[in-house]
Amino acid sequence: MNLKDKLLSSYLTSQEHLDLDNSLHDIKDEAIKVFEEKGFPSKKQEDWKYTSLNSIIKQDFSLVSKQEDTIEFKDVKKYFIHDLDTYKIVFIDGVYSSYLSETTHDGVDVCLLSAALTKPRYKAVIDVYFNKIAPQDSLTSLNTAFAKEGAYIYVPKGKAVNKPIQILHFSTGNEANLMLQPRNLIVAEENAEVQIIERHQSLNGNAVFTNSVTEIYAGKRAMVDYYKIQNDKENASLIDNTHIDQQDSSEVSVHTFSFGGKLTRNNLNFYQNGEHNNSILKGVTIIEDKQHVDHNTLVHHKQPNCESHQDYKGIFDDNATGVFNGKVVVDSIAQKINAYQSNNNILVSDKASINSKPQLEIFADDVRCSHGCTIGQLDEDALFYMRARGIGVKEGRALLMYAFANNVLESVKIPQLKARITKLIANKLEVNLGFDV
Amino acid sequence: MLEIKNLSAGIEGKDILKGINLKVNAGEVHAIMGPNGSGKSTLSSVIAGKEEYEVSAGDVLFEDESILDLDAEVRAHKGVFLSFQYPVEIPGVSVTNFIKTAINQTRKAKGLEDMPASDMLKMIKEKSELLEIDRKFLSRSLNEGFSGGEKKRNEIFQMAMLEPKLAILDETDSGLDIDALRIVSNGVNKLRSKDNAVIVITHYQRLLDYIVPDFVHVLVDGKIVKSGGKELALELEEKGYDWVKAELAAG
Repeated sequence: MNLKDKLLSSYLTSQEHLDLDNSLHDIKDEAIKVFEEKGFPSKKQEDWKYTSLNSIIKQDFSLVSKQEDTIEFKDVKKYFIHDLDTYKIVFIDGVYSSYLSETTHDGVDVCLLSAALTKPRYKAVIDVYFNKIAPQDSLTSLNTAFAKEGAYIYVPKGKAVNKPIQILHFSTGNEANLMLQPRNLIVAEENAEVQIIERHQSLNGNAVFTNSVTEIYAGKRAMVDYYKIQNDKENASLIDNTHIDQQDSSEVSVHTFSFGGKLTRNNLNFYQNGEHNNSILKGVTIIEDKQHVDHNTLVHHKQPNCESHQDYKGIFDDNATGVFNGKVVVDSIAQKINAYQSNNNILVSDKASINSKPQLEIFADDVRCSHGCTIGQLDEDALFYMRARGIGVKEGRALLMYAFANNVLESVKIPQLKARITKLIANKLEVNLGFDV
Repeated sequence: MLEIKNLSAGIEGKDILKGINLKVNAGEVHAIMGPNGSGKSTLSSVIAGKEEYEVSAGDVLFEDESILDLDAEVRAHKGVFLSFQYPVEIPGVSVTNFIKTAINQTRKAKGLEDMPASDMLKMIKEKSELLEIDRKFLSRSLNEGFSGGEKKRNEIFQMAMLEPKLAILDETDSGLDIDALRIVSNGVNKLRSKDNAVIVITHYQRLLDYIVPDFVHVLVDGKIVKSGGKELALELEEKGYDWVKAELAAG
């Protein structure tokens, strides 16, 4: 049985024991129908031209973890930003781990979607926000149909969450070939502020396939900073669908650091539904061997007087492949828009490749939109300059690659996170740069 | 310290240097002057180890050891320093981080530990004061947006930090105003000792008023055609390179 059929046939059973409102059952029933009709995306679709899901959907994945696994904190400590005081929402094989987590209801809600979907006190928020931002594409619908667990973060009007929130999804690999579908809902009401760091991590070499959906609602003048660390093991595949609704004068930034995994697809969509907004989309991809990372971004400017900034840097070695598909749509009433998009890539080996396609659909006439894409090699003159100063070839190249990624790193607002990412890059490039960040 | 024996080298099969002979001893300052296209930059690049250049004949000995087969960074570890005519911009790497990496890589090659942070800071403070470099400057990206004078001062700052045995200054005076010239020359002069040597490559005599050479060599068409003391530089200034070429032609 292929994966699509397995998912369809297991849908009904999966919905048993879920204590949900009828309205939620209806949403899910609709969603599974969409998935049934559309199926997994294929390479025939323009947006999936360079990323094939065949190797994943041919495999037999279990949809539920049969055992409740516990893990010792000391075994996973390194995956946390442990020198930073944060809230933590931790899942092991899709199941909440209260032992490793730290949640709160003190003025803000940092807790679980399973609670939010079933308990009456959350109903008002769920009715307004759940599944309202996400479009009905097949992968998002698939997640909606099976959605039952993930992070639920609600920040009421005027509140700032006093410390960042780490969301960690661990997969133990005790169940070989597990498919996970976490669903996150983040609501920042008017003038609210929140910072989130999310990470998917498998703990052994077994295959795991994650189809994740995150909906973020940013109210008027809200500020949301989201950081994604994608540094998983070589048998892990991730499709991350993140949908963001922005109201007037809000600012949302999403930084994506992709250093690992077998196949990673980031569908990142910003819907600017208000004026005077700023959307910031940044990424650093550093991959090798046969890894594949695909960034598919959309910024939809629906209102005037807004800005968006996209800056994605990629470094590809060995046989790694990358895709950047950046779309900016400016509706006809959205005048006075400044939309910048840039994708810069370095190919370190002859066999690495990147497909980069900026797409601009502009229907307003008083806007400033730019896009730029470069694909090149490391600057040989710069490398000689370094060698002439005694810096070896390996370290010199690493320094150049670090410098290349630097202006994305510079906009990371949490110093401990920035230091951690710098260290991850250094480890990846196998150098000890000994920098103070 | 440095002995160049009959060196011929070039690029893409064509020789630019056609049999260079030069001997530089510790404690000496040699100036190499010549018109454009004479091979001055080729000479400095070949000594520093730029891989694009092919050596077709001859040898370069540094402290009695042939260095032509050594990688650029190995030559740097041995104490060869090239101040670039066009220093490269490396956005994203600060001046401080660059020099720290260079120093620690050199120490590592010698089997030493990284320089302790406090020693490094002290050294940076000392040498930046010598070159009249502002502290704020040090956290800027290397050479990015620097004026010509700032780039050259930064080159000599690196030289001061790395304390090389042989420094080759490739057209260090190009793009410098009087003040920058004074500061850079002052820096170079302070670093001079009986244990190190300097090769100053330049078009113009002016720099040599500040960094006074012991020997002056004239490079024309890839060959050193005339050598003398510092007065030779003054003669060249007066009579121009054509005078040397005419002398040669006459026999």
